[in-house]
Amino acid sequence: MWERIKHILIKEITQIRRDKRMRFIILVAPLIQLIVFGYVVTTDVNHIPTAVVDLDHTQKSRELIALFTNSGYFDILLHTEKENEAVELLDQGKISCIIQVPRSFSRGLRKGKSTEIQILVDGTDSNTASVIQGYVQRILGDYSQAQMQKRTTRIKGAFFELRPEIMGLKSTSLKNQIRAWYNPDLKSQNYNLPAVIAMILMITTILLTSLAIVREKEIGTIEQLIVTPIKPVELMLGKTIPFIIIGYFEVFVVMGVSIFWFGIPFRGSFLLLLFATGLFLLTTLGIGLFISTVSRTQQQSLLTLVFFMMPAFLLSGFMFPIANMPQLIQYVTYLNPLRYFLIIIRDIFLKGVGIEYLWDQMLALAVIGVVILGLSVLRFRKRVE
Amino acid sequence: MKWKRIKTVAKKEFHQIKRDLRSLILAFALPSLLLLLFGYAITLDIKNIPVAFRDQDHTQKSKEFIREFEESRYFKVKGGIYNYQKMQELLDKGKIKIGLVIPAGFAEGIYSGEEVQVQTLLDGSDGNTGTIGSGYVSGLISSYTLNVLQGEKKFLSLKPPLDYRVRVWYNPDLKSTNFIIPGLIAGIIMIIVALLTSLTFTREWERGTMEQLLSTPVKPLELIFGKFIPYFVIGEMDVIMVLLLGIFVFKVPLRGDLYLLSGVCLLYLLGATGLGILISVLTRSQLLANQIGWLATFLPTFLLSGFIYPIFNMPKPIQAITYLVPARYFIKILRDIFLKGNSIVYFQGEVVFLVLFCLAMFSLASLSFKKRMK
Repeated sequence: MWERIKHILIKEITQIRRDKRMRFIILVAPLIQLIVFGYVVTTDVNHIPTAVVDLDHTQKSRELIALFTNSGYFDILLHTEKENEAVELLDQGKISCIIQVPRSFSRGLRKGKSTEIQILVDGTDSNTASVIQGYVQRILGDYSQAQMQKRTTRIKGAFFELRPEIMGLKSTSLKNQIRAWYNPDLKSQNYNLPAVIAMILMITTILLTSLAIVREKEIGTIEQLIVTPIKPVELMLGKTIPFIIIGYFEVFVVMGVSIFWFGIPFRGSFLLLLFATGLFLLTTLGIGLFISTVSRTQQQSLLTLVFFMMPAFLLSGFMFPIANMPQLIQYVTYLNPLRYFLIIIRDIFLKGVGIEYLWDQMLALAVIGVVILGLSVLRFRKRVE
Repeated sequence: MKWKRIKTVAKKEFHQIKRDLRSLILAFALPSLLLLLFGYAITLDIKNIPVAFRDQDHTQKSKEFIREFEESRYFKVKGGIYNYQKMQELLDKGKIKIGLVIPAGFAEGIYSGEEVQVQTLLDGSDGNTGTIGSGYVSGLISSYTLNVLQGEKKFLSLKPPLDYRVRVWYNPDLKSTNFIIPGLIAGIIMIIVALLTSLTFTREWERGTMEQLLSTPVKPLELIFGKFIPYFVIGEMDVIMVLLLGIFVFKVPLRGDLYLLSGVCLLYLLGATGLGILISVLTRSQLLANQIGWLATFLPTFLLSGFIYPIFNMPKPIQAITYLVPARYFIKILRDIFLKGNSIVYFQGEVVFLVLFCLAMFSLASLSFKKRMK
C-alpha cells in the first residue's frame, strides 16, 4: 500500500513542481492577501477628517478645539465661520465630523451657564460614527468635568469668608485608570493578523484539495487513475498529503512575515500551534475532499467553496465578534472549525496561554475534523467505486 | 463584427450555463446568502461586553456604581464579586473582556472629595472592542461623576458647563445594514465576475474546446461579446435581486434617484464583467484564473474600497492604491444615492472614472485576445 501511495505522491509533487503557476498560488497570492489584510483591516479609527465651525473665536474656544487636535484622533481640515461651507464638505464625503462652537461659548463658561456644543457626525459608516461619538463624549465629558471642578473651587474660595462651613463641600473626582492586557496599544493588527494566517491556510488548502480531484474528473484523467491498481483510499492519501505539506509550509511563511515584518508578538508555544494546525488541517482537507465528491466541474467546486467559505469566514469571529450576533446564529458558529482555530491561534500569539486553557477548543476541532474527514472518505470511496 | 455570430456564441454559452444547473443556482443563492449574513447575523455594533467587578469597597455607593453598568445596554455584568486571581483567569479564558476594580474607600472618597481611582482591566487583544469598550467605561464614569456632583450641590444651582449634543446625519440610528448593503452590491457583482466570468475562456483552453471555437468563422471580438452577454445578464439579475431585497426587506432608505442608481449599476457591471473576461483571456488554468480573480476583484472590493474599513484610516501608500480600485468610486456613488440622496453633481468624477474603467477593460481584453491568437 505504501509503495502505491508513494507513487501517487511522486506524481503529485512532480506535477506541482513543474507547474510554475502553483508557485503563484502557494506563495504569492497568500502573501498579497496577508499584506493587504495586515495594513487595511484595522478597526482603529484615527485621522478622522473634521471641520471646525468656531463662532466664538476666543482663547477658550481655541483651547477646546486643541483638545480635539491633541487627542490624535481628529485631523482638522477646515476652520471656518460659515456653517454651510462645512456642511457642503460633509455632503461631499470629504469630512466625517463637524464641531460647532457657538458665539456665546466663552461668555457662558464665565457666567456659569450651560453652553451647547453641537457635533455633527456622518452616519453613513455606522461603525466609525459610533467610535467618533465615543471619542467626542470622552473629550467633552472630561472638559466639562474639569470646568465643573474649577468652578466649585472658585465658589468655595468666595464663600469661605462668609460661611466657613461650606468648606465641607464635596468635590468628587472619579478617575478611570485603564490598563489593557495582552495588547497594551490596542493595535488591531495584533488581533487580526493571526486570524489572517488561519484564513489563508483554510482557503488555500480547501481550494487545492477540492480542485485537484475535480480537475482530473473534468479533464478525464481520473479514469486512467481508476484503472490502475491504486485503491481509493490510497489515491486520496496520495492526493492530500502534498497539501498537508503545503499547508505547513504556508504557515511558516505567513507566520514569519507576520512576526518579523509586522512585528506581531508571539508569546505562546510554537509546538502547540503546530499541533493545533494539524488538527485544523484535518478539517480543511476533509471539507476540500467533501466538495470534490459533490462537484463535477471546477466551477462547481469553486462556487461551493465560496458558498461554504463566506459564512465560515463571517461567522468565525474574524472581523465581527461572535458575542454580538443573535443567539441562534451563535449556536451555528459552534459548527465552524475556523471559530475554534481562531481562538487557539490568537490566544497562543497574544495571551501565550497553554494547553490547559485551550484543550476544549482543540477537542472540538478534532471531533469536527474526524467527522468531516470520515464522511468525505466514505463518500469518496463510493464515488470512485 | 456580425450580430448573428455574437448571438450564436451567446446562445452556446447560455446553454452551457443552463446545463450546469447547480452553478446557476449558486450564482443566485450566494448573493442572497451574503445579504442574509450581513443583514441579520453580523453587526458591527458593540454591546453586551462581558464585565466582572472586584468590589473592595462593599458599600451602598459602590453597589450603585455597579448598577449603572448593569443598566447600560453596552455591558453585561457577570454576577458575583471576584478576587484578583479569579479576574485574571476570567480574562485569560476570554470569559470577560473588562474587569473593573473598585478600590476600598470608594464611597468615602466620593463624599470627602478625594480622588478615587477606578481601575479598568481590559482584554486588549481585540483592539476594536477594547477601544470602544474603554470609551463606554469612561463615558459612564464621567456621567456618573457629573450626576453625583449635581445631586450633591443642587443648592448652589450649578449646571454642567457644557451641554454637548452629537447629531448623526444620513443614518441617524446608526444602522449598520444601511452602511453595508449599498456596499455589498459592489461585492456581489465581483463574486459573479470572479467565479463565473473569469472561467469562461479558461475552461475552453483547459478542456481543449478552444481550438474548435477558433476553427469556426467567429472573429475574436465577436467571441468576446458573445461570451460577455450571458454573464452580464446574470449579473444584472443579481443586482436587481439585491436592490429589491435591500430596499424592501432590509429597508435601506433610497433617498436619491432610482434611474440614476440603475444607470450607475449597469455601468459598473459592464466594467466588472469586462475585467472578468480579461482575466479569463489571460489565464489557461481555472485554478489560476480563480486565484487571480480573487486577488483582482474580491480582495480590493471588500478591503480597499471603504466597504467596511474607512480609507482615511489606511497607511498613505495603501490609500494611493485605492484610487485604482473601481469599487471605491462605485461604493461612494451608491452611498451618496442611497443615504445622502445626492444628485450626479456630487459624483461626476467618479462616474467618469467608471466609464474609463469599462473602456479600458474591453480594449485590453480584445487586444490580449488578438495577441493570443497569433
